Amino acid sequence: MANEVCFRLMHLPEPWRLAAYQSEGGYEALRKVLGGGMPQDQVIEEVKKSGLRGRGGAGFPTGVKWGFINRTAPGPRYLVCNSDEGEPGTCKDRDILRFNPHALIEGMVIAGYAIGAVAGYNYIRGEFWEPYERFEAALAEAREAGFLGKDILGSGLDFDIHTHLGAGAYICGEETALLNSIEGRKGQPRYKPPFPAQFGLYGRPTIINNTESLASVPEIIRRGGDWFREIGVANSGGPKLFSVSGNVARPGNYEVPLGTPFATLLEMAGGVRGGRKLKAVIPGGSSAPVIPGDVMMDLTMDYDAIAKAGSMLGSGAVIVMDDTNCMVRVLDRVSYFYYEESCGQCTPCREGTGWMHRVIHRIETGKGRPEDLDLLDDVAAKIQGRTICALGDAAAMPVASFVRHFRDEFAYHIEHRRCLVGG
Amino acid sequence: MTQDATVTIEVDGQLLTARPGQMLIEVTDAAGIPIPRFCYHKKLSVAANCRMCLVEVERAPKPLPACATPVTPGMKVRTRSPIALAAQKGTMEFLLINHPLDCPICDQGGECELQDVALGYGRDVSRFVEQKRVVKDRDIGPLIATDLTRCIHCTRCVRFGAELAGVRELGATGRGEHMQIGTFIARSVDSELSGNVIDLCPVGALTSKPFRYKARAWELVQRDGVAPHDCVGSNVHVHVRRGEVLRVVPRDNEAVNEVWISDRDRYGYEGLGVDRLEHPMVKRDGQWRVVDWQTALTAAASALKAAGAGLRTLVAPSATLEEMYLAQKLTRGLGSPHVDYRLRQVDFRGDAADPALPWLGRPIAALEHSAATLLVGSNVRKDQPLLGLRLRKATLRSGAVGVVNPVDFDFNFPVAARAVVPPSRMLEALAGVAKIVGARVGGTIGALVSGASPDAAERALADLLRRDGDKAVLLGPMAQAHPDYSLLRELAAAVATASGATLGFLAEGANATGAVLAGCLPHRGPAGAPAAAAGEPAAAMLAAPREAVLLVGIEPHLDLADAPAAQAALAGSKAVVALSAFRSSALEQCADVLLPVASFTETSGTYVNCQGDWQSFEGVVAPPGEARPAWKVLRVLANLADVAGFEQDSSEAVRDELRARCVATPPDNALQGTVDGAAVLVPGGGIERVGAVPPYAVDALVRRSAPLQATRDALGAKARIAPSLAARLGVAAGDCVAVGQGGARGVFPVELDPRVPDACVWLPAGVQGTEALGAAFGELTVAKG
Repeated sequence: MANEVCFRLMHLPEPWRLAAYQSEGGYEALRKVLGGGMPQDQVIEEVKKSGLRGRGGAGFPTGVKWGFINRTAPGPRYLVCNSDEGEPGTCKDRDILRFNPHALIEGMVIAGYAIGAVAGYNYIRGEFWEPYERFEAALAEAREAGFLGKDILGSGLDFDIHTHLGAGAYICGEETALLNSIEGRKGQPRYKPPFPAQFGLYGRPTIINNTESLASVPEIIRRGGDWFREIGVANSGGPKLFSVSGNVARPGNYEVPLGTPFATLLEMAGGVRGGRKLKAVIPGGSSAPVIPGDVMMDLTMDYDAIAKAGSMLGSGAVIVMDDTNCMVRVLDRVSYFYYEESCGQCTPCREGTGWMHRVIHRIETGKGRPEDLDLLDDVAAKIQGRTICALGDAAAMPVASFVRHFRDEFAYHIEHRRCLVGG
Repeated sequence: MTQDATVTIEVDGQLLTARPGQMLIEVTDAAGIPIPRFCYHKKLSVAANCRMCLVEVERAPKPLPACATPVTPGMKVRTRSPIALAAQKGTMEFLLINHPLDCPICDQGGECELQDVALGYGRDVSRFVEQKRVVKDRDIGPLIATDLTRCIHCTRCVRFGAELAGVRELGATGRGEHMQIGTFIARSVDSELSGNVIDLCPVGALTSKPFRYKARAWELVQRDGVAPHDCVGSNVHVHVRRGEVLRVVPRDNEAVNEVWISDRDRYGYEGLGVDRLEHPMVKRDGQWRVVDWQTALTAAASALKAAGAGLRTLVAPSATLEEMYLAQKLTRGLGSPHVDYRLRQVDFRGDAADPALPWLGRPIAALEHSAATLLVGSNVRKDQPLLGLRLRKATLRSGAVGVVNPVDFDFNFPVAARAVVPPSRMLEALAGVAKIVGARVGGTIGALVSGASPDAAERALADLLRRDGDKAVLLGPMAQAHPDYSLLRELAAAVATASGATLGFLAEGANATGAVLAGCLPHRGPAGAPAAAAGEPAAAMLAAPREAVLLVGIEPHLDLADAPAAQAALAGSKAVVALSAFRSSALEQCADVLLPVASFTETSGTYVNCQGDWQSFEGVVAPPGEARPAWKVLRVLANLADVAGFEQDSSEAVRDELRARCVATPPDNALQGTVDGAAVLVPGGGIERVGAVPPYAVDALVRRSAPLQATRDALGAKARIAPSLAARLGVAAGDCVAVGQGGARGVFPVELDPRVPDACVWLPAGVQGTEALGAAFGELTVAKG
């Protein structure tokens, strides 16, 4: 079963239109909620029941997160949608914004209602101009139809959504850097605690969810948390979008139930391009540790299975590499990304990402030293767990995993000053 | 949990008590447990970015930064466990890989936090073999040198600007390793507190430009001092090498300057080596001759003695308490009642009503908690930068500040209400405020108040004063130099009384409160006792040529209210004896005997600051040449003039003699009478001068500090006028205008400044170029020049 939630309108000619969305049950969930049928706590309960876990990468249960908000405290609260989607390999939220923006809007209004937010912000990645325009058009349609703005559907609920276009920094996908960016400050993560649920946007209690998480909410409400949970497997409720890229015949976004075997997903994506041998897979975006191909073929695509294999389901960006890839070169590119995208705020990441990249680049260009591999292990270990946000971990984990799983290839590079792959 | 509840935590096996919510590092610091850190500073917000203070906390999955981890009951912390040390050493290595390690050529060497911590946590040999990062330096002005390659990105300087100084001049731009500290726009750093970033910078990225390459930290001897430029009396350390003052840095005193000093206090010492008067000199037949002390003192003493009751004595408000006391004692001992320190005051009608001992009206630190403050004729941010900082903190705590000023000065805090009016309308504005707050007064100001028709600005000011809480009405130097100061003061007092605020004075000079205690007033003796015989106030003394004039620490062309008139009177006087640390052609023209005296750091003495602290200090270097501490010179002069009571053998003995008389003289701002008389400065439709003294023109020392004179705050002799007035005069920026004041005339370049009221020209006093003009306030003729 594919395309059951976020991509369920893909068969329609212009699925992003309000009419198309409504033709397949769109905004029914909102009517159900605001029609008096569901108090706030019940909405949160339903989302908890669904087993929906944060689709941005961390996998934190969405309903539990909503429960952190103290709705009785005075003053405004905010809902923020994280559509910054900067994780290399990931392009799923872009397609939700392009093809199913109303699901996100409906999900945001329901979430805003559930947590008692006065407004919602959608922070869209700066490069996403077309999705931004699509989303803005959908907001206008929703406002026009009374699903957004003052007194939504005559319920007395006031809630509007503001779009904020980013400016191209990966770090702004980190939720507290994102909040700083909306506030007009430099996009640098905040030290936590306090967490956003206590001290978020403009210092007010704030819930931040990923686009896919919020866009899943209407179907959870419309068809029930149980229905959603049963699509997936234990501890991994619902379907998930996977952005399959790399050496596959049909790269793209695939919505499949969590727990689907990787082999099945690979087959949907047309298999390894040219029938070559699968060498390695990064299963959850570039910051997830790499998994050797043979191990990967035995795994299912859900939170627990991937974690057991030593990696993360992350954002669901599945980067497939065949045996033509030099793992040193791949890591050279990946480490360069984190070197360029480190915000520079805290020492281990600011200094360590550049150090790791320079060492890896030296190895790649034939200037490696025998002690470099131990050095890389050590530097990565000194970044991990010692930074303000997870970018340090994200930069360290690929390095540690590439060196661990493909140490021979790195050693060959150092010793022979050239690549093992392609002779 | 109640307010006074405490939590107990365990650090390295030691039980410590803490307030709930306190950050771990505050608790360990108080207990003397060392945790290395770079970004943390007790006066700045927590950034937690350097990661140097990572410690092991039981049950936490990873090491936590002590600076950002609140204590919780029963928390167990290990600061030197293998996990903690590994984290600290890991951070140290990261900080050092891109640091140039150019300690041998770095000014910070020997007093560098990075160097110190690296000794404990760094490796002997670096594992980093890549090319190090290099960052281009920026010229951010004459005070601070940058070596940004050394920066470790702790952002203390950035946070200081945003949080304390209130100007975001320095910022971190760029991401990751490319992050750089710099000015956001290409310009200098102009905060009056900017030098503090030098002390905050843990490495040699920001160092003192004037001090650069002068000395190593270990060559310097650190002595205590008190800053001589404003009424705060900031506590400083004076760094001396071989008898030369090479640097001044703050000395912590929470009640006075906390851990900061103003740029004026930091760089004023640079004037110490300029234009010094090094030998006694006597003018004979119009020619200056260097003479020995005996000759000069005998000449001076005989002139003073000969004048007797005809002697006039003027003392700079930054003279020490001892100098002031001895100067008035000598003058009165010679039979003259004429002594004064109020050099820029022109309105003395209120002398009889003077408060017993004017002061700030509250402890300095209490300004931080002021709910509402009304500034009258004050540019506190530049005049007393550390009081400005306290007021800024008050505004951050929801306090509000309002102003009645002749220029819309830039403050580093929001101004909630403002009446920016020509000097001639300041009375009217204050009367409007007084009317709304319901001041009950009679006499001249009673008529002013009942005749007032308050406008929106005055209503807004009055609204501020209706707030609950501690409130202050503060009179600044521009009020004190105003031709209707006595009326302004009485109005301000009435406003304060009616609104439940307290009156306070932001006096010029370092020792105005001390001057009153010392009896340096024509109508008051030491300890505020009424003078036996009333003398002439400062302005009257120099209304005509005199028998003899004694000047203590005064530059007659820059320090006096009506400099041309004063100089004429001095030139015509029979004998002018000047005790001065500095030479100037103006002094040499009008004086007959020049006695070289010690300046800042060269003499012992005492300043009494605006909260009434007697702050004594020692001389830490010898005065240049034959110069001597002024208290000694005054003492010997008295001996030679056969005045009794000058047997003191130390400045402490002088101070103690006065102190014994002052035991029952608490600070007291209550006016002791009312003033009758019409306003002198009345709105007449003409153009008025605003002669505010710029911050780097307040005394002879600071006027000679080259680095300060190169800053943007060293306002030169320029005519600042509103664009509307420029349009009427037909002049543009850079053109010149001819300005006439009384009989004097000058030509000045025009600078357009929308902060100046339309019918006014902001033409500073106390600076070279405007000395030919008259008083700071008055009517001008202005024409295209």
